[in-house]
Amino acid sequence: MTAIDPTAHLTAEQIEELGRELDAIRDEVIAGRGEKDAAYIRKVISAQRKLELVSRGVLLFSIFPPAWLIGTAGLSVAKIMDNMEIGHNILHGQWDWMRDPKIHSTTWEWDHVSPAEQWKHSHNELHHTYTNVIGKDNDLGYGIMRVDEDQKWHPFHLGQPLWNFLNACFFEYGIAAYDLELGKNLSSERRRKNPEFRERARAVGRKIRKQVLKDYVIHPLLSGPSFLTTLGATFTANLVRNIWSHSVIMCGHFPEGVQVFERRSIKGETRGQWYLRQMMGSANISGSKAMHFMTGNLSHQIEHHLFPDLPSNRYAEVAVKVRALFEKYELEYVSGPLPKQVLSAWSKVFRLSLPNRKSEARTPEREPELLAA
Amino acid sequence: MTSTALRSRAWKLLEMVTTPLLPSDYLDLVSPLRAGADLRGRIEAVRPETADAATVVIRPGRGWRGHTAGQYVRIGVDVDGVRLWRAYSLTSPTDRRDGRVTITVKAIPDGKVSNHLVRRATPGTLIHLDQATGDFVLPRARPAKVLYLTAGSGITPVMGMLRDSGLDDVVLVHSAPRPQDVIFRDELHRMVADGKLRLTEVHSDTDGMLDVTRLEELVPDWAERETWACGPAGLLDAAEKHWSEHGVPERLHTERFRPGVVVAGDGGEVTFSVTGRTADAGGATPLLDVGEQAGVLMPSGCRMGICFGCLTPLKAGAVRDLRTGEITEAEPGVLIQTCVSAAAGPCDIER
Ligand code: FES
Repeated sequence: MTAIDPTAHLTAEQIEELGRELDAIRDEVIAGRGEKDAAYIRKVISAQRKLELVSRGVLLFSIFPPAWLIGTAGLSVAKIMDNMEIGHNILHGQWDWMRDPKIHSTTWEWDHVSPAEQWKHSHNELHHTYTNVIGKDNDLGYGIMRVDEDQKWHPFHLGQPLWNFLNACFFEYGIAAYDLELGKNLSSERRRKNPEFRERARAVGRKIRKQVLKDYVIHPLLSGPSFLTTLGATFTANLVRNIWSHSVIMCGHFPEGVQVFERRSIKGETRGQWYLRQMMGSANISGSKAMHFMTGNLSHQIEHHLFPDLPSNRYAEVAVKVRALFEKYELEYVSGPLPKQVLSAWSKVFRLSLPNRKSEARTPEREPELLAA
Repeated sequence: MTSTALRSRAWKLLEMVTTPLLPSDYLDLVSPLRAGADLRGRIEAVRPETADAATVVIRPGRGWRGHTAGQYVRIGVDVDGVRLWRAYSLTSPTDRRDGRVTITVKAIPDGKVSNHLVRRATPGTLIHLDQATGDFVLPRARPAKVLYLTAGSGITPVMGMLRDSGLDDVVLVHSAPRPQDVIFRDELHRMVADGKLRLTEVHSDTDGMLDVTRLEELVPDWAERETWACGPAGLLDAAEKHWSEHGVPERLHTERFRPGVVVAGDGGEVTFSVTGRTADAGGATPLLDVGEQAGVLMPSGCRMGICFGCLTPLKAGAVRDLRTGEITEAEPGVLIQTCVSAAAGPCDIER
């Protein structure tokens, strides 16, 4: 919805051809899925479990500062692994093809207050189908922020840097509230009393109770004299995990250069057009292998949005081919290192907390000659 | 408080410690074969029997309840990363001292699991097991005279029986293409030498297919014998007919390995087994649409294959992925995305 449509130079046939080329990339990965991939996810799951066990073990002695530090760091990483490379991706059905009932989108539960079932609906179904469509994709600003010039400004948005910061700290609760569509569902008596909403709210309540009991009661109690330090450690690990995942996710769709779309633009959308919207609506994070791993390969957000059900360990190789298509079709592949992308996203949050200034209309991203062509 | 109640309390507490995982998820890391775990086994050896058959020695987990000679076990093996389940006859005697069991597998053309087990499986691999089952077994009261009638890998359940029970009067008529294709040949001949067995080998490459009417000549008293037959459907059908025609159908016990083979076609009749509805489906119509048009409440989401919100068990038949053309056949536990799958022949969707 920028002033200039960066895809305007593509003909309808080109867009469909692009779609076919992307389908071919997908088919190739699917045909090559096998033992190595299965071994990969099993290894990651087992490493995560061992890391969590050891970290929790070390935290039993967290009254000693070095133990606190090591245990907290380990638990933070374990929680990040659980949410990102393991949970997010399994819940996408990326590993369903293995037919292992224990590593399956229908049975997996994660270390998160939002029950997997509800998250799958709001994330897999709504966000991934309607990516960046204003009014349909609630991930755009999570309903608490204005993320595009074309969204109407409201004085409430003045506070959005603060809302965004709080959301980052308590991200898992933010997600749970968001999956419940809390704002909308609490807005009227009728909605509040809707039995389906109440049932879902109860499910979230149960999950929160279990999670809180584990992290803030049981494990600290098990630590005996280290009660308080363990409590602090788990709180810190949750905080680190929340801020980290919030940052990664902000980088996926908020940085400058990412497009948003109008509701009417997706009416009768073809497969090619759907692919194109995913390409223009997502942004990557560049970096090392370790960085990709810790983001659950959401650093390959563009590839993930094109092929949400391909195993995450394949995104890196897919990215090379996808990038070539961006070049071929003269499209902008938005990517950058984490600090740059986080900063870009945050500056947008600040900028859009104020009403638009006319003079700040965006500069065209394409040369005028190209546009005329 | 009783000890079981105490134990279940302790378990509940442990679950609070490990939530959202279960304590067993952690225990599996160190002791996958322990009592109380999902039943698994570890492959300890794979021994070739013939050019295309091998015996797999399995150490079952603590939860294994043993078997009766002639029974089979379903095993889940990961082939190219995909868990596939198949049933194989147990060939080990039930009183094996080391507690191991064996299955003997013949690699069939295009058989994913059988080829994997015969040619690629390595010792140390964990597999998944069900308890042994099947009623192709000898009765408690042992019959005086027994005939085993087998062909090809049909010898496998019978081998379990031969190794297990010392019957006095046993005849085995076994058919295989060539002498070197006879699984367990050496051991069978040892049994013959020890006087435990009378054996007739039919080599179909030279003698032609085993014809049940030849039994009169091979085993003149066949009709007086309690008979266990296992082999290809053609042989079993012929045997059933033969025994019926001679008025002794109750003497014949058969075991069929592959009950219906799925032939993938284009479209077919879809049964929604929960609601009891049926509908004719074309080979290009998503099953989600087929179900909805038939008035079945189908789970759905994106309707384009990305959200996995439409996963539904496939109970029978086969479906085709409309994007890749890939065929998925029904197996216990197999779920399909109905929004991008079409009927590839008659199928049964659990809705
Ligand atoms: S409805 Fe989304 S995958 Fe089928």
